[in-house]
Amino acid sequence: MKRLLKMLPSLLRVGFAENIAYRAEMLIWVLATTMPFVMMVLWRSVAEHFPIVGGMGQTLGPLQMTHYFLAVFVVRQVVSAWAAWEMNFEIRQGTLSMRLLKPLSPLISYAVNGLTGLPLRLVVALPVLLIFFLLGGLRDGAEYRLFFLLPLALLGGWLIVLFAHMSIGSLAVFTGSSIRIMEVWMAAFFVFSGYLFPLDLFPDWLASIGDVLPFRYQLGFPVQLLTLSLRMEDALILLGKQWLWVVALGSLTGLLWRKGVRRFEAFGG
Amino acid sequence: MIEVENLKKYYSVFRREPGLKNSLKALFRRHTTEVKAVDGLSFHISEGKRVGFLGPNGAGKTTTLKMLSGLLYPSGGKVLVDGHLPHKRETSFLKKIILVMGQKQQLLWDLPPLETLELNRAIYEVPMPVFRKRLGELTELLGIGPQLRTPTRQLSLGERMKCELAAGLIHGPKLLFLDEPTIGLDVSMQQTIREFIRSYNEREGATLILTSHNMDDVEALCPRILVIDKGRLLFDGSVAELVAQVKPEKRIGLRFEGSSLPENLEAYGRVISAGAGEAILQLGLGEVSEVLGQLLTRFAIKDLTVENPPLEEVMSELFSKHALTRNEEAAEFS
Repeated sequence: MKRLLKMLPSLLRVGFAENIAYRAEMLIWVLATTMPFVMMVLWRSVAEHFPIVGGMGQTLGPLQMTHYFLAVFVVRQVVSAWAAWEMNFEIRQGTLSMRLLKPLSPLISYAVNGLTGLPLRLVVALPVLLIFFLLGGLRDGAEYRLFFLLPLALLGGWLIVLFAHMSIGSLAVFTGSSIRIMEVWMAAFFVFSGYLFPLDLFPDWLASIGDVLPFRYQLGFPVQLLTLSLRMEDALILLGKQWLWVVALGSLTGLLWRKGVRRFEAFGG
Repeated sequence: MIEVENLKKYYSVFRREPGLKNSLKALFRRHTTEVKAVDGLSFHISEGKRVGFLGPNGAGKTTTLKMLSGLLYPSGGKVLVDGHLPHKRETSFLKKIILVMGQKQQLLWDLPPLETLELNRAIYEVPMPVFRKRLGELTELLGIGPQLRTPTRQLSLGERMKCELAAGLIHGPKLLFLDEPTIGLDVSMQQTIREFIRSYNEREGATLILTSHNMDDVEALCPRILVIDKGRLLFDGSVAELVAQVKPEKRIGLRFEGSSLPENLEAYGRVISAGAGEAILQLGLGEVSEVLGQLLTRFAIKDLTVENPPLEEVMSELFSKHALTRNEEAAEFS
């Protein structure tokens, strides 16, 4: 740990330099995550014509829909990772070897690489967050202490995304490529995370499925905290569930990675 | 430093015939074959030595290097590198070695190589004064001052390889595994890389194992060579010993006065090439002094060289002899 802390400033600095070098790619990635704005327009129009009642009995009007999707955009920028694509590429090309030969776990490299993209993404996310607050009209009598849970929830959300990416990335050693698996994961993410529609709109049976899957804890839960649409006691329970997912996916990552490296050692790259 | 006993690496490889029907069949039933990439290899290398690892494609050279550097887990046998079991990839072991693969790079593609060096400084925990000193030495020896500050993607292949070597050596490894380090480089760049590798070995006392299809690399750098084929050791010794064993001949280069050649040159040995006033003869080792005496007394010779046959030819002869032996053995057992 002491070793890692010592090398961390250099890892972050070089990683950040790499992200700046990929600025065109980063811009395209940000553009690719603007779907919440499209959904915002769509759901605002629905909310104008049909009153929608949220899970706490609150009305979800056009303003609330705007809040919700701005929050989705901001949270998505914060909890993003792309380790699965990086790992897939390196496993297929055999360049994972070069990482394995260094006295630093490749998993830490992937995590740090993901983290170094955050400052650039914040450049886009923070103005949106400012608009979010300037719009005003957050729910009357809302529990503002929920904001205190937000950093922990964002960290939990990011770790879930990161570990999911690393687990799926590790599968590439066994399957040759795990891009398709990532696509299935992303499809489930779009449905169950609250990315395309607020979780409040789910029928009970679908909500109960979503509750036991990790996707809402990646995005929907931090968004609910940011929009103050939870009760404190419910938020704490969800936070507990979120961190259970962090532990579960972290363990799965460790297991798949160790098995993956053993297979890589057996068959080469 | 390196002890290898009866080292083995076997792989299971999927086999599939071409065509749609066979593709569909392969979905349900896969045929696998066992490939013996390395099959009972044994050798020892002492500290500070330079050893060439030769063999045709698929001989098991890279697989062996990967086992020595800890990337592959052996199927059998024993390998000990400076007291470490490589596959454990302990931090102390990884800090001592470097594997440079001519076809794979560690340099960050969109950043100047200096950033990769700085990253390696942090990862290998090189103290800043040591880093600065080594960086200065490597920059001077490799002549890469301006290149270190140019994005890797804008460098030529040769410049990239020089920076790749600098990135690999910035932590001062004691063991260098070099897999085809001059592949794709022009002659002068090959020469620069060779000279640099030799000087690093001499200065740092580092042990070096080199695989290359470029025999000039091997002749220039490696007093000892290990030749393998089909994962088995065929030869262990010096280049001169290999030549004496496989192709005990010498090549005599002759430059005559004037532009014409003597008419009966083939009477003295096998004529390899002949041109305006110049010829190369190939002679058996035992005939050299006698034939040279005759040539010098009978013709006006301006210049004369005596060399071993090219290593490429020696190797090719060794492998064809080995293939022949294998076929005979196979015929005996069938």
